[in-house]
Amino acid sequence: MTLLYTEVEEELRAAVRDLLTDTCPPSAVLDRAGSAAAGGTPHDAGLWKALARDIGAAGLLIPEELGGAGASTREVAVVLEELGRAVAPVPFLGSAVLATQALLVAGGEVAGELLGRLAAGEATAALAVSFAASPYAPPAPVATLGEDGTVTGTVTGVIGAEAADVLLVPVRLAQGVGLCAVETSPTIQGSVEGAVRVTTVTSLDLTRPIATVEFASAPARIVARAEGLELPWVWEALARGAGLLASEQLGVAEWCLTTTVAYVKERRQFARPVGSFQAVKHRLADLWLEVVGARAAARNAAALLAEAPAAGPLGDEAAVAVAVAQAHCGAVAVHAAEECVQLHGGIGMTWEHPAHLYLKRAKADQIALGTPGDHRDALAGPADLPAPM
Amino acid sequence: MAWDEASVAERARAFLAEHDPAAMDRLEFLRARFDAGLAWVHFPEGLGGLGAPRELQAVAERELKGTPDNRPGRIGIGLGMAAPTILAFGTEEQKKRFLRPLWTGEEVWCQLFSEPGAGSDLATLATRAVREGDEWVVDGQKVWTSSAHTARWAILVARTDPGVPKHRGLTYFVCDMHAPGVEVRPLRQITGEAEFNEVFLTGVRLPDALRLGEVGDGWRVAQTTLMNERVAIGGTPTRRTMMGVVAETWRSRPELRTHDLHQRLLKLWVDAEVMRLTAVRLREQLAAGHPGPEGSGMKLAFARLHQELSGLEVELLREDGLAYDDWTFRRPGTVDFVGREAGYRYLRAKGNSIEGGTSEILRNIIAERVLGLPSEPRTDKDVAWKDLPR
Repeated sequence: MTLLYTEVEEELRAAVRDLLTDTCPPSAVLDRAGSAAAGGTPHDAGLWKALARDIGAAGLLIPEELGGAGASTREVAVVLEELGRAVAPVPFLGSAVLATQALLVAGGEVAGELLGRLAAGEATAALAVSFAASPYAPPAPVATLGEDGTVTGTVTGVIGAEAADVLLVPVRLAQGVGLCAVETSPTIQGSVEGAVRVTTVTSLDLTRPIATVEFASAPARIVARAEGLELPWVWEALARGAGLLASEQLGVAEWCLTTTVAYVKERRQFARPVGSFQAVKHRLADLWLEVVGARAAARNAAALLAEAPAAGPLGDEAAVAVAVAQAHCGAVAVHAAEECVQLHGGIGMTWEHPAHLYLKRAKADQIALGTPGDHRDALAGPADLPAPM
Repeated sequence: MAWDEASVAERARAFLAEHDPAAMDRLEFLRARFDAGLAWVHFPEGLGGLGAPRELQAVAERELKGTPDNRPGRIGIGLGMAAPTILAFGTEEQKKRFLRPLWTGEEVWCQLFSEPGAGSDLATLATRAVREGDEWVVDGQKVWTSSAHTARWAILVARTDPGVPKHRGLTYFVCDMHAPGVEVRPLRQITGEAEFNEVFLTGVRLPDALRLGEVGDGWRVAQTTLMNERVAIGGTPTRRTMMGVVAETWRSRPELRTHDLHQRLLKLWVDAEVMRLTAVRLREQLAAGHPGPEGSGMKLAFARLHQELSGLEVELLREDGLAYDDWTFRRPGTVDFVGREAGYRYLRAKGNSIEGGTSEILRNIIAERVLGLPSEPRTDKDVAWKDLPR
């Protein structure tokens, strides 16, 4: 196991970065965010197609026999770093990470068929669970699978739903619980017009808005079922997603640090670059140190997740790595974005400068998949630091 | 030859087969270990090493585990600072003379750098060295000198040319601590003990053969020492960590736990783990031949973590935190940041952000050398040292 980047990972990074540099500059993201705020499409379908299909990013985690690349969380983490650095409006995290992980953990025939479509870039999926759900505090499913095989219920706080052809929704069954697949595209057999309604909520994060998904007797297929009330596929997917989200947060933090350092070298006040004042330099040195730590923690989580079994619960070592990475990286991304706004001065407070896109992404990511406090609490056991009686 | 794990292990086993530590004098064993190249394997052959990659030292240590060691706690300055500098800048005679007794611990070293008027701004130091024939006559005062009272030798930076800007007029010497005119006085610290000393140098005569590097090149030589000092302070893996010590207190005193302290302790546990992972990644980069700038940050992170953890421990202890174990004015032989009791750990940790480069100076270094930010406007760079405002 290594915490460094392999040559293959660096090649993948270069391909993703080239694509993003060409098609997803901050000005384009800003324009789309503006139009999305006014009711337009939040995600960039062309970019997503190029990333998913041409680069093959959608199938990184999917085994070769199902048409995927058979790569690992290490490569996914590198893609997430680049997407974070660009706050790219694509449903990669929702489809290629969360939904894909849930299907991989669930296994079985339906999951296999869906994974094949995702790997080929023919379909995009979303996990219909709140993005704010913590992997340590599983809420019960809010939707129900009726006797007629249709799903009914409303799920809030879902990412990537507006781009999804398939929604994976946890459901209550007559006995136990299950994970269902609901087709949303009218062109796919089995979908019913009006049975699924996705309403994008006015969101803090302009580049990855959340949506409310309403299922009204929507035809569904059962992907997996379990006795009791626990949804192992969902919570394992959220835990793995949390560990990988750290790499996106690393990318966000790196952009903020790099951009701020460049700005304070240029910006002059009192007849000198503001970056020559120690009050500014020391803040950036501290931030750099936090980002260095974030890279080590995020790499560690990605590497240990790569060694964990595809299905089943994470081992202790991987679970600790995920919690440490989220507890640290979530806060670092927010701090980096806040420093970016502050050290840009007035321009950092304007809509026209992209800093706010990163601040909004960082703050939303901090809440996503468990807050830093949730992840720290989860470490009390493994660290043998018991809570007060 | 190209050394690898197997060949270093083989060499260590062959050495042990011929040198039974139970049947030998401790120093004789250490000298033999040095001569076998198993002292520091990355040093050259003939100087205690094998010319092997640095990470193979762990193999030698593993194979020789349980044999007499050189009591590294006593000779840290020699091992961590003097040795790399002598290796980089010493003449062949100097390397042959100094490195072996340094490593075996027969000769303790100390560092004569800081002065009352030259702390963070080390290059402004005022101790003079004036050449008289084949000798240098040294006059001045040094401070914060740990081990000066036990040291046989010191690494010394002195001003040899006051007429040029401060960085250029310095020369680096090995100072004989037994020479007439060297006076060592203990310096009592906030912990009550005197780990450090003041050293007064009055007409100390050093032969030119004790000069390390060229005349006027002292600043460059000192940089080697200082970089190694920060690595030594920030990167030494210790058996007991501050996190481990505070965690023990937490586990053994359940009646003192509060929710507030629990949240803060878990955050520091994460910080400690992130620091550990950063160090692991840094070592991987070094082993791959791509040393990263992360090293400059390790001491900064280490100081903050030590201070916060030790402060939390005293607070956790409540009434026990109001007591202190011992204010007796003593001169400890070794320094242990996590030794003694909570109050001592708290006070000693305050030095971690001052010694070996203050955290403020380290932030400047990161900002300027890693991030490429411009330096503050300087009024002292192109002025002869003797003309600087005081």
